Amino acid sequence: MIGLYLPGRTPLHRAPAGLKLALLALGVGVLLTLDDLRWLTVAGITILGLYAVARVPPRVAAQQLRPLLWFAAFLFVVQTLLTDWLGATALVVRLVLAVALAALVTLTTRVSAMLDVVEVLLGPLRRFGVQPERVGLVLALTIRGVPVVAGVLGTVRDAHRARGVGGPPWRLLVPVLVRVLRQADALSDALIARGVDDEAERRTRR
Amino acid sequence: MIVVDGVSHRLGDQLVLDRVDVALAEQRIGVIGANGSGKSTFARLLNGLVVPDSGTVTVDGLSTAKDGREVRRKVGFVFTDPDAQIVMPTVGEDVAFGLRRSGLPKAEITARVGDMLARHGLPGFDDRPAHALSGGEKQLLALCSLLITAPRTLVCDEPTTLLDLRNARRVGALLAGLPQRLVLVTHDLNALADFERVLLFDAGRLVGDGPPADVVAQYRTAQS
Repeated sequence: MIGLYLPGRTPLHRAPAGLKLALLALGVGVLLTLDDLRWLTVAGITILGLYAVARVPPRVAAQQLRPLLWFAAFLFVVQTLLTDWLGATALVVRLVLAVALAALVTLTTRVSAMLDVVEVLLGPLRRFGVQPERVGLVLALTIRGVPVVAGVLGTVRDAHRARGVGGPPWRLLVPVLVRVLRQADALSDALIARGVDDEAERRTRR
Repeated sequence: MIVVDGVSHRLGDQLVLDRVDVALAEQRIGVIGANGSGKSTFARLLNGLVVPDSGTVTVDGLSTAKDGREVRRKVGFVFTDPDAQIVMPTVGEDVAFGLRRSGLPKAEITARVGDMLARHGLPGFDDRPAHALSGGEKQLLALCSLLITAPRTLVCDEPTTLLDLRNARRVGALLAGLPQRLVLVTHDLNALADFERVLLFDAGRLVGDGPPADVVAQYRTAQS
């Protein structure tokens, strides 16, 4: 999901971010209503077609769904035990297609364009004290933070291995947390240095 | 002109700056000293990241304590770790971040970003994910993201410490060619040869101030 933006000039890349997000919401809504595997197959083929239109390489498309596989398998087993395999299949296919659709929007839309939409959508909440720019910034930092935290995890894991420290993965939790908090502290300084707080202050004063 | 007047500052119980008085008017100023000497805190004073416990810091007459916003527009700050200062997921978006509130048309922002990246060693990097860059490229990106807002002064806190020799040279060359006033905190004493002035800190006090050759020699003697 952090494959982020895949540069391109296809119609999907050029479509306005607001339209894509609205269609995504609509598409996921429709997917949720589909139980019939034949209709889900049609939906799957349509989404595959959209990936082709966006010229997303198959490898990149597969990367978007890989993190979901174990969860989907787990869900399928549980649902088969609780209901039946047909219902379980429909549920898992719905989930995979919804994630694939969301990933397609991510791949064809710059984060900054999404932030513009978020800021417009949250604009009316300004009168209740919500700062849309802040919400947008939080979203951007969240997306930006995923590879940063992954990098920290890799560094800490390497440090453990280099010292011959084994054991369960939860041992990494505290050092990773400490490093991430330090990184957050440094990022906070950087945001101040880049005038982000000043913008908020200026808007508050208006 | 940046004026640091009677500044003392504590971090917890530790006195990290002790009655520092200095006026900076030169274009190239180096800041050196051992780890923990107070040089990074001194650097952070200059754009208001740190407001001193006592004394004042002014930039072109503006107080960092009262006019932080205006001061930060004039003084950009480059951190040691470039990862900590990149805000947006892609290179172009991070550089454009500084212009989001500028009111410029998007096409103009895109053009300026492309031009900035091309001029500073990252041509065509606009759509690349920031996390996939090398350390040197990340530091160049951090510099571009600052320079796009056209600050008059750049304060750089050990910007090459985490970089390999090749990337350190790239960043060093970029800094050397900038028209802005540069305040460079560094352990690379050779990088200061062409500077006009070097400040030496020790235990929070400004103990050396003068041409690079003299102050670097003083530092080497003190460290030996």
